[in-house]
Amino acid sequence: MNIDLSRRGFLRLAGAGVAATSLGAMGFGSAEAAEAAQVRAYKLATTTETRNTCPYCSVACGIIMYSRGDVKAGETAELMHIEGDADHPTNRGTLCPKGAALKDFVHAPTRLTHPRIRRAGSDQFEEISWDEALDKIARELKDDRDANFIATNDEGTPVNRWTTAGFLAASATTNETAWLTYKTVRSMGIVGFDNQARV
Amino acid sequence: MNDMANSPTTAVSNPPVQPTEAYFNAGDIVRISATRNVPQPDRQLEKLAKLIDVSKCIGCKACQSACVEWNDTHPEIEENVGVYENPHDLTPNMFTLMRFAEWENPATNDLEWLIRKDGCMHCEDPGCLKACPAPGAIVQYSNGIVDFVKDNCIGCGYCVTGCPFDIPRISQVDHKSYKCTLCSDRVAVGQGPACAKACPTQAIVFGTKADMQAHAETRIEDLKSRGYENAGLYDPAGVGGTHVMYVLHHADKPGIYNELPENPRISPIVEGWKGVTKTAGLAVIGLAAVGATLHGLFSRGNEVEEHDTEAAKTLVVEGRDPDEDPHKGGPA
Amino acid sequence: MTNPWTDIKNTDLVIVMGGNAAEAHPCGFKWVTEAKAHRGAKLVVVDPRYTRTASVADYYAPIRPGSDIAFLMGAIRWCMENDKVQWDYVRDYTNASFLVREDFGWQDGLFSGYDEEKRDFDKESWDYQIGDDGFALTDPTLENPRCVWQMLKKHVDVYTPEFVENITGTPRDKFLDICGMIGECSAVDKTMTSMYALGWTQHSKGAQNIRGMAMLQLILGNIGVRGGGMNALRGHSNIQGLTDIGLMSNLIPGYLNIPTESEVDWQTYLSTRSFTPLRPGQTSYWQNYPTFMVSFLKAMWGDAATEENDWAFDYLPKLDVPAYDILRMFELMNNDRVNLYFCQGFNPLLSIPNREKVTTGLSKLKMLVVMDPLSTETSHFWQNHGAHNDVDTASIQTEVLELPTTCFAEDEGALVNSGRWLQWHWPGATPPGEAKHDTWIMAQIWTRVRELYRTEGGAFPDPIVNLSWDYADPGEPHPSELAREMNGRALSDVTDPATGAVIVQAGQQVSGFGQLRGDGSTMAGCWIYAGSWTEEGNMMARRDNSDPDDVGMYLNWAFAWPANRRVLYNRASADLQGQPWDATRPLVQWDGERWGGYDVPDIAPTANPSEVGPFIMNQEGVSRLFTRGMMRDGPFPTHMEPFESPMANVFNPRMRGNPVARIFESDVARLGGSDEFPFVATSYRLTEHFHYWTKHNPVNAALQPEFFVEISEELAAERGITKGGRVRVWGARGQVWAKAVVTKRIKPMTCDGKTVHVVGIPLHWGFMGAAKKGWGPNSLTPFVGDANTDTPEFKAFLVNIEPAAEEPVA
Repeated sequence: MNIDLSRRGFLRLAGAGVAATSLGAMGFGSAEAAEAAQVRAYKLATTTETRNTCPYCSVACGIIMYSRGDVKAGETAELMHIEGDADHPTNRGTLCPKGAALKDFVHAPTRLTHPRIRRAGSDQFEEISWDEALDKIARELKDDRDANFIATNDEGTPVNRWTTAGFLAASATTNETAWLTYKTVRSMGIVGFDNQARV
Repeated sequence: MNDMANSPTTAVSNPPVQPTEAYFNAGDIVRISATRNVPQPDRQLEKLAKLIDVSKCIGCKACQSACVEWNDTHPEIEENVGVYENPHDLTPNMFTLMRFAEWENPATNDLEWLIRKDGCMHCEDPGCLKACPAPGAIVQYSNGIVDFVKDNCIGCGYCVTGCPFDIPRISQVDHKSYKCTLCSDRVAVGQGPACAKACPTQAIVFGTKADMQAHAETRIEDLKSRGYENAGLYDPAGVGGTHVMYVLHHADKPGIYNELPENPRISPIVEGWKGVTKTAGLAVIGLAAVGATLHGLFSRGNEVEEHDTEAAKTLVVEGRDPDEDPHKGGPA
Repeated sequence: MTNPWTDIKNTDLVIVMGGNAAEAHPCGFKWVTEAKAHRGAKLVVVDPRYTRTASVADYYAPIRPGSDIAFLMGAIRWCMENDKVQWDYVRDYTNASFLVREDFGWQDGLFSGYDEEKRDFDKESWDYQIGDDGFALTDPTLENPRCVWQMLKKHVDVYTPEFVENITGTPRDKFLDICGMIGECSAVDKTMTSMYALGWTQHSKGAQNIRGMAMLQLILGNIGVRGGGMNALRGHSNIQGLTDIGLMSNLIPGYLNIPTESEVDWQTYLSTRSFTPLRPGQTSYWQNYPTFMVSFLKAMWGDAATEENDWAFDYLPKLDVPAYDILRMFELMNNDRVNLYFCQGFNPLLSIPNREKVTTGLSKLKMLVVMDPLSTETSHFWQNHGAHNDVDTASIQTEVLELPTTCFAEDEGALVNSGRWLQWHWPGATPPGEAKHDTWIMAQIWTRVRELYRTEGGAFPDPIVNLSWDYADPGEPHPSELAREMNGRALSDVTDPATGAVIVQAGQQVSGFGQLRGDGSTMAGCWIYAGSWTEEGNMMARRDNSDPDDVGMYLNWAFAWPANRRVLYNRASADLQGQPWDATRPLVQWDGERWGGYDVPDIAPTANPSEVGPFIMNQEGVSRLFTRGMMRDGPFPTHMEPFESPMANVFNPRMRGNPVARIFESDVARLGGSDEFPFVATSYRLTEHFHYWTKHNPVNAALQPEFFVEISEELAAERGITKGGRVRVWGARGQVWAKAVVTKRIKPMTCDGKTVHVVGIPLHWGFMGAAKKGWGPNSLTPFVGDANTDTPEFKAFLVNIEPAAEEPVA
């Protein structure tokens, strides 16, 4: 068997899972090559594993995503299960009720799949292409900045401030997204800049 | 307190992704519903158990979530009815349920919020299996797992009657009975059940029954040191012991944990009901020919005799033990 | 968190107050159960509700929402009075001995210098007595009546157990029992850990709640040690990272600051940040501020940032107010002063107080851009959902763009956990439909804007056209490129100032912030992340989970800022000779020549412990029981009532809320009183849900399907409310309908002779997603925040409640 039964260096937790000794005692490792007729087929066989971090709270539990298809190999990958990573020092394979159901967050019926626009006064969204959406945003930013940018204050001090546009940054995007967002927002002089640290 | 040597490790491995041989199989079955003379396996697997330490449980429902995800069930989105139990009861799509009880301890006047994970206890002496009239619908492996075999289930609901813990639930969609499998598909590849893997505080742990009993002892000792004099293990003898056990802070009063039975027993009705009788019982209430769903290991002939048919009628229609003399009064 | 999650197992006493760790952070709470199992630790919970954390606690006590400071000052008083003080620590590792100016004082609930008109303090008197040598005066005997210790003693004197009971509603015997347990942790071989979250921050004096506990921890000697610390359990998976990287109005990555208008130029800006030591021989590490700032400006503007143009200092905006925080922005929206607004994974319609004001604000925008993996309430704020969102769609002229983003499963990068670990993750699923990475979206928007400025010119294009954008694909920078940029690299050879030897060659990644320079020879987007992606590779992706001697540090797992240090202030775990206070719990120690140990020492490796103080970031070299002018509302915490409270402030009945918290004129008029709204409401999370996200997940929706409020059996009886019945809850700013959970877990309290009922309002429902439609508490909460941070007062406000027969119809 190619299952690593010992987690190197880990403190033995007071809570037990399948104890290493128990596994041997259960007969694991000396199994006959027979199909368990009554037992449901084991569903993770031949899936691809990917290490990730739970996106909810700041405990940042290690998770393993099991997919059909391999993103790294350039394939289309469909997520079919998520479980806690037993190698992770903090969560040791456990997950809370949110983390344990992450797969269905990824597959939520209300996931967005297409850019949409709601026009002034309209009672519905309509689909729009990415190019059209991005061009429109860039144009609005440019025009509003040019119209409302405050280059200097009354004393003539350069203040380079733009207050008629604001940006609320996220709380679960990566550091890398955050840094790119920081650069773009700050370079334009937006000061109405905030994140979700307080709520 | 600082001696950790005997403490078992956490879930030691992540689920394998390579094709993996099952370590137990049909050859390890020791009991089959409505089937006599089950050939006993050559080997005895180590008895397994899930231990639920109610005193460590934070009622987070990670077990429910993990159970849904692993077993691909779809519990309904119900209403709030003023309680924390959601869904409000076990369902064919919810094999385990946190039950919450607000209990004011008369000894201390302190409120205690007793949160118990409900679900199949995997009895050593399973009432569901004994009550089941469908050959091969319920099996018990020598490691203690009691599993339902969906293809053989006829949805009659006798397992519900037979269960001293009121666990199985019949689906209104496919008319099959559902309950916790102890994640037999995970255990077969050396994994613990999904709920035990997920449980954040490891209030749910899994291993050999002997290990779990030993672990329970250390937990009980800790609870006693914190003033819970009656802390103890719930492994009720009336059903031959269970393969899901509880550590309770008040083991002298299981009833305060949302009516956990004090002394669960299989109903005498079910106990008195002989295996073959049940098959005949089905014929009496017109629930189709069970034999048609049987195959392989379970396609052993079941002879139905006149006496069995009569006995079944007594049980199903009149609701009393066929072996009891009706004039003496039924069982309590 | 000062300490990592895994360190909690080393504690003897866990105090959960201002949080609900078992419900909000279940897998981190695991380490509390480990501490109980391995050390026999006790868990104490102080909360208005008997929570699921309380259900596994050794001791629980109720407290009135918004009265925590009184409890904490009472605990400090009790420890001082009963000699439960780690004296060596207090004397040598805190500013207890520092002398405070003669003109500093406190009376009638206010510190010296209050200006009612400005709603602000003149903080000049809140300072040390400074000697002719420029250093603060001290009295190591702690006897001088002006020393911080004596001043503190005087300050907390009013917080007797009787006073605490009267204000907090915590029964006196329970308060004293808890003080007794806390007091035990003043012994060097006992530690307490504080686990708190929004239950302390979301008050108009939230920062002072936390100060209160930090002071108590210092008095017990519990900062910097294993199993101790101040552990802020951050909410979202990368809110630590987004704060580190400074995505706030007034921040620059690594806790540097955006200049204000008064800092007219680079020299003036630096002059207020000299951070010279206040005691001889101290490190005062912030003296390196200019180095970090120049490295940041070089990361932003590369070759366009030169010594001649003060490193492009003028490219940065300057603030005319302390911050354009989210509350101010919604105020400005309502005043027609905002046109464009972006929400990146943020759902303000349900997250920002006074939802009515949020709706009217969004309705006045020209354009709202929402980037999210999910279809949120904010992107649908214009859509009528009956009583759940009763808006006049046709009259709302805001154009809304809803852009689909990827989620965690589909992207790559690092998230920073509450213990400051930067952990890398990898994508394992294909994004749905046309969903795109946030990096792609930001790059696409920004390169388009840059192109417009390049071709058309416009208002001050320099910071845009000169922004460093050195990526292989300008349209989608790769996470590895961005991570390397934050870590920083040498732009020209970096040399050792002592030997002149080259320590980092031009073009190479720096291995730590000690290699950064203020002369333009290095760049680093976020100096505290230096060391996260070095020439050795991506340190955040490390997965060696070994932990020598089971101390819980995991130094080879991922990367922790700063410098891979796992416990902040860990130098303080050792005594003045550099030896562990508790020999059974060593963390770092001095071997006579160098510091070493299980963690990366929080001090220069060769700094002699008898000379250099343990708190190297502070000008004092020690920690602060008295914070000088660093906080707007006082150098010590003082009891203040919430803005909406059933009681007047006992110190000063004229004082409403925090006397220096900012509140806009229009919002003052929307505050309610206890005559109309007699019950104290508090908002919170439930363990089955995460914020407003998981209601989109059918599994979590099944586990907790519908909006409810929680009330005591007594209040239910008083109002004729039945379990599971529908109720209407209303306050000065709005109303909601909910199911009633009637429980023994909330009990009426008695404060100042009055019965106080608490209405608990969980937070997870809205009108989008899989769960039943409902409301969030923000329909009811006041539009006012903490005086220092502007964190909204979500944890204590006033409501009324009554049975409601029907689901309302719009």
